[in-house]
Amino acid sequence: MKKQFRLATLLVALGALMLTLSGCGKSLSKQDVLQNDRKANTITWGVKADTKLFGLMDVRDNQIKGFDVDMAKHITRHILGKKGKAKFIQVTSQSRIPLLKNGNIDAIIATMTITPQREKVVSFSNSYFDAGQSLLVPNGSKIKNVSDLNKSGTTILGVVGANSVQNIKKFAPKARVLELQDYAQALTSLKAGQGVALTTDNGILYGMAVQNPGFKVVGGTFTREPYGVAVNKGQKPFTNEVNKAIKEMEADGEYNQLIKKWFGNVPGFNYKELER
Amino acid sequence: MITILSDHWQELLTGLGWTLLSSVLALIFSLIIGSLFAIMEVTESKVARTIARIYIEIFRNIPLLVITSFFYLVIPMYIVKVNGFTAGTIGLTIYTSAFIAETVRSGIQSVDPGQMEGARANGLTFWQAMSNVILPQAFLLVIPPLGNQFVNLVKNSSVLAFVAGFDLMYQANNIASITFDTINSYMVVGVLYLIITMPISYYMRYLEKRLA
Repeated sequence: MKKQFRLATLLVALGALMLTLSGCGKSLSKQDVLQNDRKANTITWGVKADTKLFGLMDVRDNQIKGFDVDMAKHITRHILGKKGKAKFIQVTSQSRIPLLKNGNIDAIIATMTITPQREKVVSFSNSYFDAGQSLLVPNGSKIKNVSDLNKSGTTILGVVGANSVQNIKKFAPKARVLELQDYAQALTSLKAGQGVALTTDNGILYGMAVQNPGFKVVGGTFTREPYGVAVNKGQKPFTNEVNKAIKEMEADGEYNQLIKKWFGNVPGFNYKELER
Repeated sequence: MITILSDHWQELLTGLGWTLLSSVLALIFSLIIGSLFAIMEVTESKVARTIARIYIEIFRNIPLLVITSFFYLVIPMYIVKVNGFTAGTIGLTIYTSAFIAETVRSGIQSVDPGQMEGARANGLTFWQAMSNVILPQAFLLVIPPLGNQFVNLVKNSSVLAFVAGFDLMYQANNIASITFDTINSYMVVGVLYLIITMPISYYMRYLEKRLA
């Protein structure tokens, strides 16, 4: 009897702890990000660090480099002025929304597609990059496009939390989709033959193809995936400033310069398509 | 938490199934392999002792994630295709067997050496003495630490998520990324892991009281 009572107390205590925990994580996101950032003269951005061309950690100087990172630096300068500082925090497809929600980062600029489901949780700026989903396969693979994948017994690789894995399930419902932890692991898994194709946005796949001879992008794009900067809900002033900055960059040619810098040398990819 | 459970119970159930299957397989095989290496460590043959020592020291001191990635990424490139579930379960088995070997060895060595001498003097072979006299006593002594290993094994099975092994943790990652409700998704699987591990803890405690 006494023992059962002890067990019951334990369970009640556990339940109480969980209720408290699930109530957490709301207050920080209510503060005005724009005001805080102006005061600190710093904007904290969540960027990818494993994605060639968009955000990749350069091990020689420990800096994250890529199109997203440069966009973030330019947007920061447009909002805070020449002396504004951009601080970068590494995120993954999976961690970026929680990190934004709990206030660790002010905005996400990490190859993030604007989708209706995500818009329920975060606010997006206007699109800053027009991507589309595509496929990466080994040279000599028989797969030509996405309909070749729609067979039972086919395994497709993707990344957890990425919009592309939800899409591929619609385009190839018969195939099995494995969701790996990040792009580096997904690519290694493709090399190890754990799947026949790796799917995500074309820009990212081109980056992988550049780095890994022996792999090619096939099938063109089968979705439209405009990337946006994500900020917390209720941060209207900040979102407006980001939109203004993107517009200014497009108007004075800064945007096209960045496009040329990062996508000018990608084989099989015409960067002019991306210019605005 | 309730909405996660009601919306995603199918995924969670699949995850629970794979986690249980992986844990049970790894438990059985690591107990067998671990006991074998433990016996090898106490034999008179120097070769057997050295082999066991090397095996245990290597796999006890490499992170589980590294062992698993090796089976998921390297073996398929050169030898044979291994899927995520198998790679994870093999990694789990090898890793846990090294710890179980150490646990069982300590049990064997804490049985009075006179027991072995007596058994041998009565005409039993080494293996007969080991399996009929020493091991039954050794296992009784190591029930509490073995229980720890089993609980750890279940928790370590979350390594399957890293190699897309469809286990609880993998499902939690996916649910969290679809619903954006990270805290509750992980809380739910936390509770599900508790549902597996608590009975093990209680059963081991019961065994300890009954037998030891």
